[in-house]
Amino acid sequence: MNFDWLFFSEVTLAALGNSALLSLTGLAFVLIYKATRVVNLAIGEMLMVGAYLFFSFTAGLGLPAWGAILLAVVGGALLGAAIERAVIRPMLGEAAISVFMVTIGVGSVLIGLTEIIWGAEPTALPDFMGKAPIFIGDAYVSRKVVIGFSVAAAVIALFLLAFRFWRGGIALRATASDQAAAYSCGINVPAVFSLAWMFAGAAAAGAGILVGAVGGIAPTMGVFGLSALVVVIVGGLDSIAGALIGGILVGLLEAWCGTYLGGEYKMLATFGLLMLVLLVRPYGLFGTVEIERL
Amino acid sequence: MRIGTLKESYAADEALFDTRTQKVWLALFFLALLIFPFTAGEYWLYIACLVAIHVISTTGLNILTGFTGLVSLGQAAFMGVGAYTVAVLEARFGTPTLVNLIAAGFVTAGVGALVGLPSLRVKGLYLAMATIAASFILHFIFANWTSVTQGVSGINVPPASVLGYEMARPVQLYWLILPVAVLMVLGAANLFRTRIGRAFIAIRDRDISAEVLGIPLLRTKLMSFALSSFYAGVAGGLWAYFFRVVTPESFPFLYSIFFLAAVIVGGMGTILGGILGAVFMTLVPEVLKLGVGLLSPVLPDAVAILSPVRTIVFGALIVGFLVFEPHGLAEIWRRTRRFFHLWPFKT
Repeated sequence: MNFDWLFFSEVTLAALGNSALLSLTGLAFVLIYKATRVVNLAIGEMLMVGAYLFFSFTAGLGLPAWGAILLAVVGGALLGAAIERAVIRPMLGEAAISVFMVTIGVGSVLIGLTEIIWGAEPTALPDFMGKAPIFIGDAYVSRKVVIGFSVAAAVIALFLLAFRFWRGGIALRATASDQAAAYSCGINVPAVFSLAWMFAGAAAAGAGILVGAVGGIAPTMGVFGLSALVVVIVGGLDSIAGALIGGILVGLLEAWCGTYLGGEYKMLATFGLLMLVLLVRPYGLFGTVEIERL
Repeated sequence: MRIGTLKESYAADEALFDTRTQKVWLALFFLALLIFPFTAGEYWLYIACLVAIHVISTTGLNILTGFTGLVSLGQAAFMGVGAYTVAVLEARFGTPTLVNLIAAGFVTAGVGALVGLPSLRVKGLYLAMATIAASFILHFIFANWTSVTQGVSGINVPPASVLGYEMARPVQLYWLILPVAVLMVLGAANLFRTRIGRAFIAIRDRDISAEVLGIPLLRTKLMSFALSSFYAGVAGGLWAYFFRVVTPESFPFLYSIFFLAAVIVGGMGTILGGILGAVFMTLVPEVLKLGVGLLSPVLPDAVAILSPVRTIVFGALIVGFLVFEPHGLAEIWRRTRRFFHLWPFKT
């Protein structure tokens, strides 16, 4: 059989755009997990709210795209902070499973609120990126995908730099590696928790806008968060590099399965990969192996 | 007021129902259940059957999540397996209803044990992810294994019949569903007086300690998964007879969250909690429907917001109970009882 390499490379390039978004969402997830040890199942819903905020600001208030993006990202950060303050802080010290279930509840509330405020119908985001296609070599790539990829990559790079050099980022890493030691060095740990949630909320909102721009927005788009969850499990819950590589892996896998086997195989491939990783390498490719002692 | 309960033997201490008051109330409750179908209307019987099905499934999830400490978000998918087993057996082979239900239980138990396999390596959150993955994979199988499940169009199920007595309406199904529910709840309650049940609790409290004490971890965890899925399978089978049509969309992911919410709201790790949670969570949407009906003259689009309001209420109940009342309705019930026991003294 003659394999169509051009088609294959187009699919792969489009997949890389999706991969970058998955990585960005995964990063938001890892951020929260690293700092607060909370597995946030509501990340997909936070992403959705970000996209809807952007929709309101552009289509509703008629703001220019850059202003709307800024406001939506700030809104996402505020949402993250509000969730942390209202329901996660009181759960401090409770079993990890309880906190996990609280985030499921939060996700459910966010979906319901979105349906009441914006309606349950899927809508398209107003176009703010232009339509002219871009060619890399001979391969056609949609403009949205290119912009999505570059923005996501830039934001991820920014985050990595912040972790490395910014005071708050270092405080965050300190809290992640040892809470008690961080406290005794004078780091305000509760503030770091809020910070982590705010950054994650902002990143999720940004990812939401990009995801919405490519695929439209709907109250069910939180499912994207489930794929992001697979990304971080594959990469390792507490590893930023894991989120990046996991994102690329899952994105490519989804695209190839979706194209060559049919759209309904996407979910199957993603979750099949998840099961496989859990069975073979439960802490992910780069995650820290937890050693339990009595 | 009760001064105290004196027990003279271990058997008395282990008994499910220890005081006479409790036994009298229980007898009254069963009497009420017997009289209920003769006094209630079609709608209330419909609710009662649905509640009973949910009680079975919630009790199953409670065995796994509440007593063994393994969180599962696949309960609805397991129910789907049971429902499809019944539907296929009934529509294709026409085997007797009771056989179908038991088969549904065992098939689902097998699937559950398979899904529980990652519990060999992972636990807690990772395991919850594995069950999410399993539920999506099962959903895929329901929708795409067309030769057996007939894909998205689903399977129509003929009415149940026990001993030549056909059961199509809630009035008749009540006599099938309720006894099964009572039996299975009693079975679960008794399970935790046995070695296996105690092993489950030991694993929940600290699995490494449990292993040191000589409990085979993998086998016990898989057993918990299988048992919990058995309950889900039977509940799903009854569900198939109750709604008479099974499609892949009958068991969405949200339904799994519903069961988890029922376990949390009712109280994890108590049999009573599973029952109270299932009753409460089944009645909440009905109450909301009633509220919307009352509001509809004032708010013209009240019906449209019913579904999102239900989603919000579910989420808020999970969050609210976990934050403010982690032991759930069962704890509230216990406090109320205690108040009456100790009255008129200070509680």
